Amino acid sequence: MADVNRGKRPLSPHLTIYRPQMTSITSIFTRITGNALLVAALLIVWWFLAAATSPNYFAFADGVITSWFGDLVMTLSVWALWYHTLAGVRHLIWDAGYGLEIETAEKMGLAVIAGSLILTIITLLAV
Amino acid sequence: MDYMTDLKRAVGMGSAREGTKRHWSMTKSSVALLILTPFFVFTFGPMTGEPHDAVLAYFQRPFPAIIAALMVVTTFMHFKTGVQMLIEDYMHGLAREITIILLTCLSYGAAATGVFAIAKIAL
Repeated sequence: MADVNRGKRPLSPHLTIYRPQMTSITSIFTRITGNALLVAALLIVWWFLAAATSPNYFAFADGVITSWFGDLVMTLSVWALWYHTLAGVRHLIWDAGYGLEIETAEKMGLAVIAGSLILTIITLLAV
Repeated sequence: MDYMTDLKRAVGMGSAREGTKRHWSMTKSSVALLILTPFFVFTFGPMTGEPHDAVLAYFQRPFPAIIAALMVVTTFMHFKTGVQMLIEDYMHGLAREITIILLTCLSYGAAATGVFAIAKIAL
């Protein structure tokens, strides 16, 4: 239409040249943790299915989940779970119309990171 | 002359053409998961690495079994919508639709498998 300047318009800066910000990094990690939790969720469903099937199958599935690799996946997933949970709380707060000032949003980002690490340590000690 | 209210104009807008429906469904499931997650972590967690009969006895109790079943269903319904948003943001064309279908099937399949297994243990 009247867009004679197509292709030559200034573009907004892309991710690659932005300085990483507390708000953007904590946001992308919400998405990464949420979707990566699929791995642990499937492992847990498999663990339940194995428990419901037979003692031998359970021994195999439980062995996988408690192997060094299973421990690594589950430990990272515990952190991902608490991170995603706290980040979700931050979204609920934002949705309610609070904490949208940049300074407050950045403080909540720090709280999500610190809180997720603390909850992970508590979980690893308690479980 | 436009007699539509702001809400009416907003309904059906957005990339998914579903208005705020998905946002509201994610809000509800996130609050549910906020309650379920601590219960699930501290009931399921200690059971990993336990003997088979101990695991069966534990999930035959109502509370751990109900929490586990609710957690599996709510998690996979929350995931189904969340992963669809991810796919819609980064994938296009037929690949997008096929991936959404596959992950939707996976979500329902995993939820059903989890509920079946927990029910079989509990009952």
